[in-house]
Amino acid sequence: MTDSNYDEIMQLLCDRLSSLTNSSAQISPETNLISQLSIDSIKLLNLIMEVEDAFDISIPINALADVQTVRELVDLVHKIKSAS
Amino acid sequence: MNLLEKIDAAAAARKALLPNGVGAFGIPIEEVYSATEAKIGDRRVLLLGTNNYLGLTFAPECIQAAHEAIDKEGTGTTGSRMANGSYFGHRALEKEFADFYQCSSSIVFTTGYQANLGTISGLVGPGDTVLIDGDSHASIYDGCILSGADIIRFKHNDVADMEKRLRRLGSRVETTLVIAEGIYSMLGDQAPLAEIVKLKNQYGCILLLDEAHSLGVLGETGQGLVEKTGLLQEVDFITGTFSKSLCSIGGFCVSNHPQLEQLRYISHPYIFTASPSPATIASTRAALELLRKGSHLRKQLWNNCTQLYSALKEAGYVLGPDPGPVIAAVVDTPQQALLLWQQLLEHNIYVNLILPPAAPEGKSLVRCSVNAAHTEDQIRYVGDTFAKLYSVISSHS
Ligand SMILES: Cc1ncc(COP(=O)(O)O)c(C=O)c1O
Repeated sequence: MTDSNYDEIMQLLCDRLSSLTNSSAQISPETNLISQLSIDSIKLLNLIMEVEDAFDISIPINALADVQTVRELVDLVHKIKSAS
Repeated sequence: MNLLEKIDAAAAARKALLPNGVGAFGIPIEEVYSATEAKIGDRRVLLLGTNNYLGLTFAPECIQAAHEAIDKEGTGTTGSRMANGSYFGHRALEKEFADFYQCSSSIVFTTGYQANLGTISGLVGPGDTVLIDGDSHASIYDGCILSGADIIRFKHNDVADMEKRLRRLGSRVETTLVIAEGIYSMLGDQAPLAEIVKLKNQYGCILLLDEAHSLGVLGETGQGLVEKTGLLQEVDFITGTFSKSLCSIGGFCVSNHPQLEQLRYISHPYIFTASPSPATIASTRAALELLRKGSHLRKQLWNNCTQLYSALKEAGYVLGPDPGPVIAAVVDTPQQALLLWQQLLEHNIYVNLILPPAAPEGKSLVRCSVNAAHTEDQIRYVGDTFAKLYSVISSHS
């Protein structure tokens, strides 16, 4: 999956995550959202709202149960975006 | 990390927030003196952090009804509503709720938490959608998770945001349940019900309103936000609790949709738990009667609400947007909130401390709940104490 959509989603999420965590730590696709970025559940839910707005899609928050890393989040958003 | 180590890590994070074993959460109440006073530690404190909105915890009518029910029917039903737990009182209370809300159907649950779990998981399932306010109570979130439906949040009380999300759902709106609350328990603000109803009708979805904090508080007869706004007939399902203005424990759902009855056969939170005890049901029935004719209590409650809201506002505190029985001072840091909470207790006032992530948007709250039994002097003392502490709090970062 290297289409431009995928890269665009990855870029947007990495940008938003780094501003949300105020951390200088490099964010990579394998970064764990909770254990490495300490994103709490409310921040993650609010980030999902922003992503929904950025791509005009609906992302059910129950789908986040399977998401731990940045890549898994991008995969989820990409899957929903491609189907819409 | 193994399972127990993970719990230890969470406990360490909590302790870091509350140093020196300050017991802000689950504070031991040693004795209860009245609807407004109790003993905490060795202090006699003023209770400003209960949900006893109409002040009916010691209403003689309710106490007598509970006594009589225990004498006649024993301490517990020892069974589910589905099996041996539907006594005359449970069915009578359902009729009384149906009558109160002019609805054809009504179900009594064992708690308000279960009323939301049971109603939501009974109404929607996998493949359906729930569109909920972002600041919804945990019982709403948990009900949605239990249902297996897709959960979409809209920004708190933001109707334009809600519409955007409804539009995105396309044809899925047909199987969408929208959920809002009459009064939100964190900041005490009310849902923009008229606009929500307009969207619900425009898009053709179903609306559930949780009146947990607004029952007994809003409307001439205390039905809640539906009565205040005149929109009773526009809301599909109303849930609520007995644990606040009705001063007992239990929950309900009312509706004019006959489909509500079906929940009795499919809803696990209704079926797989024991029904409320006879004394609980009896005091709730007595309290509902007092609530319905309690416009004088609501008047007293609202006098107290506006008095405290203006006192805190005048003292400089940032408050929620609507005056009401839930009055939350929003402070900048958890440390400030903790200090204010401790100082209030030093002054013999008990309020609720709410730290992130429990409060919305990383806020820290010191929340007061006002009730009809508070006297003008008590409210004035609370207002004056908050005012006195303002400078202490603002100089502490
Ligand atoms: C909005 C809301 N819904 C439901 C409940 C649950 O009520 P109960 O205490 O009866 O479980 C509460 C109480 O905390 C609440 O605030």
